[in-house]
Amino acid sequence: MHKNLKKYFPLFALPTLAAFLIAFVIPFIIGIYLSFTEFTTIVDSHWVGLKNYIRAFSTADFRNALWFTVKFTVVSVITINVIAFILSLILTRGLRGTNLFRTVFFMPNLIGGIVLGYIWQLIINGVLKYFGVTITYDAKYGFWGLVFLINWQLIGYMMIIYIAGIQNIPTDLMDAAKVDGAGAWQTLKNVTIPMVMPSVTICLFLTLTNSFKMFDANLALTDGAPSRQTAMLALDIFKTFYGRTGWQGVGQAKAVVFSVIVAAIALLQLAITRKREVES
Amino acid sequence: MKKIFSILICVLLTVTLFGCGNKGNGATTDNNQSGSNMSNTSNEEIYFLNFKPEVATVYDKIAKTYKDETGVTVKVVTAASDTYEQTLTSEVAKKDAPTIFQINGPIGYQNWKNFCADLSDTKLYSYLTDKNLAIKEGSGVYGIPYVVESYGIIYNNAIMDKYFALKNRQKTVNSMDEIVNFSTLKTVVEDMTKLKNELGIDGVFASTSFSSGNQWRWQTHLANIPLYYEFSENNEYDDPTVAGLNTKEITFKYAQNYKNIFDLYINNSGTEKGLLGGKSVNDSTSEFALGKVAMMQNGTWTYNDIKGLAGNVVKADDIKMMPVYTGVKGEEKQGLCVGTENYICVNSKVSQEKQDASIAFLEWLFSSEQGKKYVTDELEFISPFSTFSENETPSNPLSKETVRWMNKENVSSVPWIFTSFPSEIFKEDFGSALLEYTQGTKDWDYVKNTVITSWKNESK
Repeated sequence: MHKNLKKYFPLFALPTLAAFLIAFVIPFIIGIYLSFTEFTTIVDSHWVGLKNYIRAFSTADFRNALWFTVKFTVVSVITINVIAFILSLILTRGLRGTNLFRTVFFMPNLIGGIVLGYIWQLIINGVLKYFGVTITYDAKYGFWGLVFLINWQLIGYMMIIYIAGIQNIPTDLMDAAKVDGAGAWQTLKNVTIPMVMPSVTICLFLTLTNSFKMFDANLALTDGAPSRQTAMLALDIFKTFYGRTGWQGVGQAKAVVFSVIVAAIALLQLAITRKREVES
Repeated sequence: MKKIFSILICVLLTVTLFGCGNKGNGATTDNNQSGSNMSNTSNEEIYFLNFKPEVATVYDKIAKTYKDETGVTVKVVTAASDTYEQTLTSEVAKKDAPTIFQINGPIGYQNWKNFCADLSDTKLYSYLTDKNLAIKEGSGVYGIPYVVESYGIIYNNAIMDKYFALKNRQKTVNSMDEIVNFSTLKTVVEDMTKLKNELGIDGVFASTSFSSGNQWRWQTHLANIPLYYEFSENNEYDDPTVAGLNTKEITFKYAQNYKNIFDLYINNSGTEKGLLGGKSVNDSTSEFALGKVAMMQNGTWTYNDIKGLAGNVVKADDIKMMPVYTGVKGEEKQGLCVGTENYICVNSKVSQEKQDASIAFLEWLFSSEQGKKYVTDELEFISPFSTFSENETPSNPLSKETVRWMNKENVSSVPWIFTSFPSEIFKEDFGSALLEYTQGTKDWDYVKNTVITSWKNESK
C-alpha cells in the first residue's frame, strides 16, 4: 500500500499542483515582477526599479489606509472572537433549539461581501435617515458600520469552530473539575479555554487575515467615503491601480507590500498561539 | 478487490483528465474550422469593446446585420457601467484582444497610446467634420470621436408652464426664454421652491447624487464650466482643453460661480442635504421622470432612462434643456456643454488584417445607409461625421434640444474641457470634498483648496 501511494502520488497530486501553480504561484511571481515596472497590461511593461515602492510610501493615502486597517482589524478581531466564543458556550449547553440557533448564526457567512455591503448600507442609511445624514457623514459611521458588518458575517463561522472545540473536550476532564469543586468561572478559565486553544489559533488566524484583507464589503458599504477616510488597504490598492494614469505599477508595489504584511502577521500570530496549545 | 478498485479510479481519473483535454482541443479545432470557413468571405473576427451599457443590445443587432451583409463576425462585449478601464485592461492582455476599443480623451490616450493605431489615412477620419476633435499626436490620428453629446439643466416644461400660469408667482421673470443667466434662474427656482406645494413637486432640482460612482455630474460635468472660463483666459493656447492639459496649477478663479449653482441645487432640492450621500444618478432620473421635481442637471444620454422608467409621467415633448448658468459675466451667450468623451481607437497590437477589418466595420457603421440608420434611430447618436445629413438626427428630444441650442445665434457651446482633468483621483477628491461641504462637515474654502491642491498633485 505504501509503495502504491508513492507510485501514484504524482498522479493524484498533479491536478491540485497544476491548479496551485497556474492560479497562485505564476500570478504571484508575475505580480512581484510587475511591481518593479511601469505597465498598462502585463504583456507591455518596462523595468523602473524601486521607483514604484518609493511613490507608494510617499503618498499619505497608503499610510492612512494602513492605519485605518490596523484599527479596524484590532477592533474586529476582538469583538468577533469574544462574541463567537460566548455564543458557542451558550449553544453547547444543550438548550432547546440549539441547532436552529447555530444555523441562523451561521447563515450570514454564506452571503457574499458585496451583497452584504449594499444590504447594510441600505439598513444603516435607513436608520441614519432619521438623523438627516447618511453613512458618508463621518468616518466613524463608516468604521463602525464595517466592524458591525464583518462581525455579522464572521461570528457564525467562528462560533461553529469554537463549538467543535468545546465538544471535543473530554467529559472526564469536566467531571474531574467538578469533583475538585471548581466553579463555573474556574472551569472556564482553567479547563475550557486551554483546551480550545487549537480552535483559538484557527479563529484568530481567520479573523485576522479576513479583516485585514477585506475589500468587497468595504467597496460596497462606504467606498472610502468621506474623502477616502474609510478606505482600507485593499481598496486603496484598487483605487491606485485604476484611478491614476501610469500608477498601475505603484498599485502593484502596494499589493506586494500588502501581501508581505499579511503573511508576516499571520505567521507571527500562528507562532504565538501555537505555543499556548495544550495536550489533554 | 481493493487493487481493482484503485486501478479503476486511476483509469477514471486519467480518462477525465485527458478526456477533458481532448474535448478542449476538439472545441478549438472546431472554432478554427468555422473560422477558416468564414475566411472564404473575410479574414478576421472583429472584437468591439463597448463603453455604453445603455445601447448594448443595439450593438448586438448591428453585429448581426453586419454578419449577414459581409460575413464578418463582430463580437461585442459591453463593460459594466463604470468599469471600462478595468475591463479593457484585462481584455487587452488576452490573446483574443479587442480590436476596437475607446478612450475618454487625451488623458486616456496617455494610458493607451501603445495600443492606438494611426487612423490618419482612414476614410473614417476624412468623414470627421471638425478635424480638431480627434486625438492627435505628431502627424498621427489615434482617437476619433464618434458621438457628440451635450448636457445642461434638463427641465420638465409641463411643470414650468404650470408655474408661469400661477397668479401668486414673482413677476420679474415671466417665461423660460427670459432665463438667460444665473440671477434670472435663481429668481425662478427660489420662487418655485416657495410654491412647491401648489406645483405638486417635492423640490425644484432632482437629488444632487453623491453615492459612490454617482458623483460625476458634479466633479466632472459641473466643474467643466468654471474651469472652461479659467482656461479660456490662458492666452498661450487657442484651445481651452489644450490649455487645461498644460496647466499644472489651477487657481479655481471661478470657484464662487461653482458655489452659486451648486448651492442653488442643494438648497432647492427635493431631498434633505444630509441624505444626498446615499442618492444615485438613477434616483434623480426617476424623481424627474415621475414628475416629482422640475429640473435636473444631466445630458442627452438620460433620455432612454427617463423613457424607460416604469410609471414615468413626463411627455417627450416636455423634456427641454437649458445651459447651466453660474453667474459668469456675459453668460447670456453661453450655450449647452457640447462635446465628447467617446473616442474610438483601433488596437495596433492585433494583426493588420484585423485592424483593416475593424476600420472597414466602423466605416460601414458610419457611412452606409443601413449603418447610419442604426446610429441615428437606435443608438441615437449625434454623429460628428460629414456622412450624416442634417435630417439624420436622432428623435431623442434632448438631442433635438442640443441641435436647437447649437443653431441659436449669438450663443456658443461650452466645449468639454474636462477631458483634460488630470486623473480619476482628482475627480474623486473633488467629489468627496463637495459631499463633505454638502453635509456641512467642511466649509467652502476646504472644497476650493482641495480642488487646487489635488490638481497640483495629480498633474505632476
